Amino acid sequence: MEKILNREEGRFLADRIAKEADVKLYECYQCGKCSAGCPMAGSFDLMPRQIVHLMHLGDMDSVMKSKSIWLCASCHTCVERCPHDIDIPTLMEKSRMEAQKRGICAVRNVKLFNDIFTETIRGFGKSQEVILEGAYNVTSGRLLQDMANVPAMLQKEIVRPELNSVKDRDHIRDIMNKCEKGGAVR
Amino acid sequence: MKSYAYFPGCSMDSTAVTYKKSFEYIAEKIGLGLKEIPDWSCCGSTAAHTKNEMMALSLAARNIAIAEEKLPGLDIVTPCAACFSRLRYANWAARKDETIRKEIQSVIAMEYQAKPEILNFLDLFSEPEIREKITSGVKRSLKGMKVACYYGCLMSRPREVTGETDPENPMKMDEIISLTGAEPVVWDYKTECCGASHQVDAPEAARDLIDRIFRNAKANHADAIVTACPLCNMNLDMREAEINKNFGRKYNIPVFQFTELIAVAMGAGAAECGIHQHFFPAFDLINETLKQNREAEEKLPAAPLTEDPLKSGPVIIGKAGK
Repeated sequence: MEKILNREEGRFLADRIAKEADVKLYECYQCGKCSAGCPMAGSFDLMPRQIVHLMHLGDMDSVMKSKSIWLCASCHTCVERCPHDIDIPTLMEKSRMEAQKRGICAVRNVKLFNDIFTETIRGFGKSQEVILEGAYNVTSGRLLQDMANVPAMLQKEIVRPELNSVKDRDHIRDIMNKCEKGGAVR
Repeated sequence: MKSYAYFPGCSMDSTAVTYKKSFEYIAEKIGLGLKEIPDWSCCGSTAAHTKNEMMALSLAARNIAIAEEKLPGLDIVTPCAACFSRLRYANWAARKDETIRKEIQSVIAMEYQAKPEILNFLDLFSEPEIREKITSGVKRSLKGMKVACYYGCLMSRPREVTGETDPENPMKMDEIISLTGAEPVVWDYKTECCGASHQVDAPEAARDLIDRIFRNAKANHADAIVTACPLCNMNLDMREAEINKNFGRKYNIPVFQFTELIAVAMGAGAAECGIHQHFFPAFDLINETLKQNREAEEKLPAAPLTEDPLKSGPVIIGKAGK
C-alpha cells in the first residue's frame, strides 16, 4: 500500500497524539502486559505494545493502516495494568480519528456501525436499537445477522415497535453540528 | 429516603426489559425516590467518542446540565455501565480543565457546572439505607445458587474516571447479591470485556470473549452469571445458545441482572421481574433453588410449580413469605 505519511510527518503526528493523550512514548519498556491482557489481541494485526513502539518510532503510517485501532474495544485493561500508566486506548482512539480523516479504515464494518449509531442519535436524540441493527445489516450486506433472535425478541416483548425520541431534537442536532464544525478532534 | 436524579438510558426502554421491570419492582417496594431527568437524551455511547471527543463530552453533559437546572442538588443515578462511564467522563474532563468546561457550555448553550455525582446501580444499592431496606424486605432465600458476578469494563475502568478502588476485583455486586442468599463464586473474568458493540460489527473477533467468560464461570462452578448493565446482559444472554451451537459447548448458565435476583428474593413473580423474558431459559434455576430452600425450611413437599412459563404464560414462582 502506498505510504500516506513519511517518517517525518509520522513522527510529528505521533508526538501530537501522544501529547494530547498525556503519554510519554519513551516510557514504554515493552514489558507486554498490555498485550497479554488485551481481550481483542487474538484478532489484532499489531499488538498494543507494537502500537506504542511504532508510534515512538514515528511510523504512524503502519498504525493508521492497522486493524487493531478499529478492533480496540476501549476496555482499558491495558492501561489499568501498565506499569507506566500509558493510556493506550486514547492512543488507539486518536489514531483512529486521524485515520478516518485521511480516509483510511482497515475494518470497514466498525466504522459503518459507528456512523449509523451517530446518525440515529442525530435523528432521534436517543439510540434506536432496532433501526441501528436493521440499517447496519442492510448497509454491511450481512442481512441475516442476529435475525434468528428476532422472533424471541418479539414473542418475549423484549423490543417494541414504537420509537423513542427526544422532544428537543434540534438541540441534539445543534450540539453535534457544532462539534463537527469545530474539526473532527477537539 | 434520599432522592436521586434518574438517567435511564436508551436501553432501559427497549432491550433491558428485565432490568427495568425488576428495578421498578424493588423501587416501589422500598420507596426509592427517583426523579427522571426531563427530556434526557443519548449519552453518546461508544459511537460519539470514536468520532469526536467534544461531541462525546457534550452529548453526555447536556443531561447533567438539565439535571443541574431542573433537579438541583441531586446526584444522578444510571443503570447502564456505558451511560455511567460517559456521564462520568464529561464531569471528569470538565472538573479537570476549566477551558473544557467552558467549551462544553458554549456547545450545549447551557450552564454546566459538573457538580452532581454520577452513580451506577451498584453504587446506589450499596448505600446503607437501601441495603437495610432490602435486607428487611427479603422474603425468600436463593441459598445454594452459585453466581458469578460479572462487572465488565466500564464500571471499573479507567479508575480515575469511575472512582473504583479495586478495578481488578470489585466487590460491590458480590456484597449486594449476598443479601438474597445466593452465593458469589470467586472467578477470574469479573471485569473482562464482553466485546460491547463489536459483537455486532466484528462478531468473528468478538465471540471468543463471550465464550471465555462462560468457560471461566463454568470452571468455577457458577450456576448463573449476574450482570449490572443492559449490554453486558444482552451480549451474554442472547448469544449463549449460539455459542453452544457454534463452539460445541454445553453451557447451561442463565444470565440475570442483579436486580432480578433481588426482586425474586423480595417476593416478585416471574411477570414482575421478567424471568420469563430471557433468551436463555432462566426460570428453572430460580424455581429449583426456591423449591429446595422451601422444602428444607418447611420439611414439606412443595406445591407443584409450572415448568415452562412461556407455554403457560407468566406465573408467580414459589410462594412469597414464610
